[in-house]
Amino acid sequence: MSFLNYLVSGLSLGSIYAIIALGYTMVYGIAKMLNFAHGDVIMVGSYVCFFAMMRFELPPVIGVLLAVLVCTILGIIIEKLAYKPLRSAPSLAVLITAIGVSYFLQNSALLLWTSNPKVFNSIVGKGSVNIGALSISYVTLLTVGICVVIMIVLTTFINTTKMGKAMRAVSEDKGAAQLMGIDVNKTISMTFAIGSGLAAIAGVLLCSAYPTLMPTTGSMPGIKAFTAAVFGGIGSIPGAFLGGILLGVIENFAKAYISTEFSDAIVFGVLIIVLLVKPAGLLGKQVNEKV
Amino acid sequence: MSPKEYIKREPLMPQPATNFIPERDIHKSPVIECRNLGIDFGGLSAVSNFNIAMGPTEISGLIGPNGAGKTTIFNLLTKVYQPTHGTILLNGVDTHNMTPAQVSQAGIGRTFQNIRLFKDMSVIDNVLVGLHYQIDYGLGTSIFRLPRFFSEEKKAREKALELLSIFDMADMADTKSGSLPYGAQRRLEIVRALATDPCLLLLDEPAAGMNPMETEELMENIVRIRDMFQIAILLIEHDMKLVMGICEVIGVLNFGQLIAKGTPDEIQSNPAVIEAYLGKQKEE
Repeated sequence: MSFLNYLVSGLSLGSIYAIIALGYTMVYGIAKMLNFAHGDVIMVGSYVCFFAMMRFELPPVIGVLLAVLVCTILGIIIEKLAYKPLRSAPSLAVLITAIGVSYFLQNSALLLWTSNPKVFNSIVGKGSVNIGALSISYVTLLTVGICVVIMIVLTTFINTTKMGKAMRAVSEDKGAAQLMGIDVNKTISMTFAIGSGLAAIAGVLLCSAYPTLMPTTGSMPGIKAFTAAVFGGIGSIPGAFLGGILLGVIENFAKAYISTEFSDAIVFGVLIIVLLVKPAGLLGKQVNEKV
Repeated sequence: MSPKEYIKREPLMPQPATNFIPERDIHKSPVIECRNLGIDFGGLSAVSNFNIAMGPTEISGLIGPNGAGKTTIFNLLTKVYQPTHGTILLNGVDTHNMTPAQVSQAGIGRTFQNIRLFKDMSVIDNVLVGLHYQIDYGLGTSIFRLPRFFSEEKKAREKALELLSIFDMADMADTKSGSLPYGAQRRLEIVRALATDPCLLLLDEPAAGMNPMETEELMENIVRIRDMFQIAILLIEHDMKLVMGICEVIGVLNFGQLIAKGTPDEIQSNPAVIEAYLGKQKEE
């Protein structure tokens, strides 16, 4: 029965990775850049929710909505100020900028909120549902549920709305999309907004499950989620979902059955093997370079 | 700035005869007018002193040897490149500082020399991307699925199918566009360009890679589109049968300069054109 318990907590962790990975993969698909500041947007979202709930004693729902709002705006501002001026710069410049933004956010958080860890109270009660020997906490249920809802809503959005179609068009061929009357800047901006909004949700869920909140809280999950995105095939939305879930489950099983210390090494080892066999990731598309 | 904020100029005067506007368009203001248009890449002048004016229902051709600057002119008109010299007036409105998206919204639709469809998207989605600017609902409407979302999407879908049926492609609507046969991909590119509701359609080598029968059909279709939508069409083409067959006016480009302009008959007997294509005749 403990196997099922590990699987369930793996699914929960994986769902958080998946939500974060969606942000990475969407931004990569459309702006062709790796937004390494994404992990720190998660941290900002968690702090916003924390202060809303603890300091101002607002109900959790309002706290989450506030976090989503702040992160959405933050995402748009980051894109406008840091990445947009580099639209035609080499990708290395953009990458370095993204790392810079990441440090900027972390250090701003350090100044504003100090390095003292804050104890984050779960947005749902501490209870759990018991089915036989299997016990599933409310946070786990909520996390997996929200992840599935986000996946469905996002897929529907991308496939059926005109903005979604514009996003797919821009991700395939920016130049052609522009010549069809699509405002590429607006589309990229919207992608950042959606990705950052999702990051806020992921942050709140992450801190509900692992209640320590520090300025560096976002960086490790950020890197793991980036790994998940690459694992599933960066640029692909179902890929991010699959990669995230798989990574969470593998990490949890590694912790449970092999070694807690080595769990991260095992996770990244799996990534290396997958990339050796399938360089484009599990659901990624093989890009044939024209010679 | 939206294209609508640009200052509308007075309609231009009837064009002088040297501009070769078809008779039916003479007293209308031109849909596009280029004055001394040019672009330099570094020290190299790719296009210079390019002057044309096209009537609102005119079919014109642009021919010239490889590397003469034909596609560059399309890229200038659609603002993929910002011109370094001269002015482009689209329906009398200066397109200076407009982005490619704004030019598209203002009325220039185009296809590409090497097909640039959104290959992973279905045929109808490609057309719907072309219709993007005309579908009228906001982000909130689409998230909360308000009735307006459904009515607008339905309207757009009907419009897309209607456009596809011009080329008998409505039954392929849900096929992935990348898996269409070559000729159908070329046709879909034209449909997608038409979806942007252009007043000027630019076709970049529409007959490239087509067999004589397909080319014949394409010629009929181009004329049909002009008659149906009452738009101007400017095309680049190497297939002389197509160019001489449907173009009312032809411009010949060589080394970025317009070396001749006239009706097909005039162009065929123009010594400068023959020289550009075949080289100078040796003196006896």
